[in-house]
Amino acid sequence: MKELVVLSGKGGTGKTSIVASFAALYESKVVADCDVDAADLHLVLNPRLSKWRTFSGSKLALVDRDVCTGCGRCIELCRFDAIKRESNAEDPLRPKCVVDPLACEGCGACVIVCPAGATSLGDAATGEWAISKSRLGPLVHARLGIGQESSGKLVTVVRTQAAALARELGSSLSLIDGSPGIGCPVIASLTGADLALVVTEPTVSGLHDLQRVAGVAKKLRVPAVVSVNKHDLNPDTATRIEDWCSESGIPVAPLIPYDDAVTDAQVNGLSVVEHSDGPAATAIKELWRSVREQIGL
Amino acid sequence: MRIAIASGKGGTGKTTIATCLASLLATRGERVTYVDCDAEEPNGHLILQPSISKLHDFEVSVVAIDEEKCTGCGRCSRACQFHALACLNETVTTFPQLCHSCGACSLVCPEDAIVEVLQKRGIIREGHAGPVGFVGGEMSVGEESVTPVIRAVKESIPNDGTSILDAPPGTACPAVEAMRGSDRVLLVTEPTPFGLNDLKLAVATAGALGIPADVVINRCDVGTTETQEYCRDANLDILLEIPNDRAVAEAYSRGILPTAAVPGFRETMLVLVDRMIERIGEPSRA
Repeated sequence: MKELVVLSGKGGTGKTSIVASFAALYESKVVADCDVDAADLHLVLNPRLSKWRTFSGSKLALVDRDVCTGCGRCIELCRFDAIKRESNAEDPLRPKCVVDPLACEGCGACVIVCPAGATSLGDAATGEWAISKSRLGPLVHARLGIGQESSGKLVTVVRTQAAALARELGSSLSLIDGSPGIGCPVIASLTGADLALVVTEPTVSGLHDLQRVAGVAKKLRVPAVVSVNKHDLNPDTATRIEDWCSESGIPVAPLIPYDDAVTDAQVNGLSVVEHSDGPAATAIKELWRSVREQIGL
Repeated sequence: MRIAIASGKGGTGKTTIATCLASLLATRGERVTYVDCDAEEPNGHLILQPSISKLHDFEVSVVAIDEEKCTGCGRCSRACQFHALACLNETVTTFPQLCHSCGACSLVCPEDAIVEVLQKRGIIREGHAGPVGFVGGEMSVGEESVTPVIRAVKESIPNDGTSILDAPPGTACPAVEAMRGSDRVLLVTEPTPFGLNDLKLAVATAGALGIPADVVINRCDVGTTETQEYCRDANLDILLEIPNDRAVAEAYSRGILPTAAVPGFRETMLVLVDRMIERIGEPSRA
């Protein structure tokens, strides 16, 4: 079983459209949507949703208002500025401490210092994940709670569940839709994968962001291949990207031209290759053949 | 006055809107700072090409052990929620990459054996692009935790004038940290199913932070009208709809500010500037 992760560095370069098309082109796979804080693959795969399972990857400080004396020791020590005093209607001279759940990182320093024993750590509602069936095969996906920490841990849950399911079903591929950026969710989706396909666009930002995400792949010793989406938007920059890749020893896979059919497919809830026989669909099929060869399927 | 430019979905045009808005506000004589909070993949400097007057390392203090004092009692590793310390056979090993610099270990160590050492996690750039002030953060490649870099970027924002914060995509902690403390958030979306789905998440995020949000629909003539309908039903004001224009995309692709290069785009963006000013009032003069 191989793991292919599709990344981009820069957001909005077409990762999800390409993953959905690969899912339509290859039978023996499980699809994993590891872009857990802005997951979109379900909009194309339209899965029959099974049960969401909750996942807690971090802790959250809780203050017992009845016990809190409002002394503020926790406020002094919290390095995340996550605790404030709040006026207390019952006793206006004695404000209570309250936790901002979006700022709290669940470190427990407040629990250690509270002289009244009013603070404790509970499980933060990191998010939910599910294994669903779709017309393009099984989909493992998740929803991160708004503003939650630990997106990397939720990515790890999705990825390990997808890999386990692929092995169980005898599938030869776990096809992973990654998130933009280079931080913890990207590292969680990339570490130990067999191949990273980096989809970029022919802009100075696309090149800059590709260089950074390729740097992460290199550090993690995951081989990468690059494709440029909408390459005809700026052929000069597309060429600069290809030149940089060849200087850096990164193979360039077939490029994808701009095609209105990509958005049309999305509007119709279909992958590009299901919706169209146009230039983008043709290029994505060539890209898949190349990636398939690279990863050894 | 702080305005965050956010989106949920990546690639909707946050950086284009943020750089154009900052430069147009600045031409009116306002003190304006563009703040790049997308420290994983910062792009604002590619468009604004600022001259950098101050470049400093961003360092975080991470846990280290004073071996002389440590008795191996293990209280620190039990207190650490992030597994940045492990105690085995009365020997403590540290994993600085996992350290959140929370200080819990120092609070419980009876021997005062915890020291904090500085570790570089990125850089902060400060400078000017013509009349526009520039502050931007860049996390080092291979690091995981971008939120502290964003926090440090925000600490470098001048106290006066207007700042335009270019947020990272998504709705997780980095996007939240970028938006937190802003007076308004402008959500840039595109009218596609992906754009709309992620806009809804971004609206919920701004709501959880208690920040009023407005919407800009980029490439408004692609996709469907569902985004407009959603905004109407959710009482979100659409401040501007920008038609799909290959010339704008080409200018951006070459790293050129589209308001300076594309005929008519400056006028389009001035509409947005006027509508923002209606909401925030005339910003203070430089």
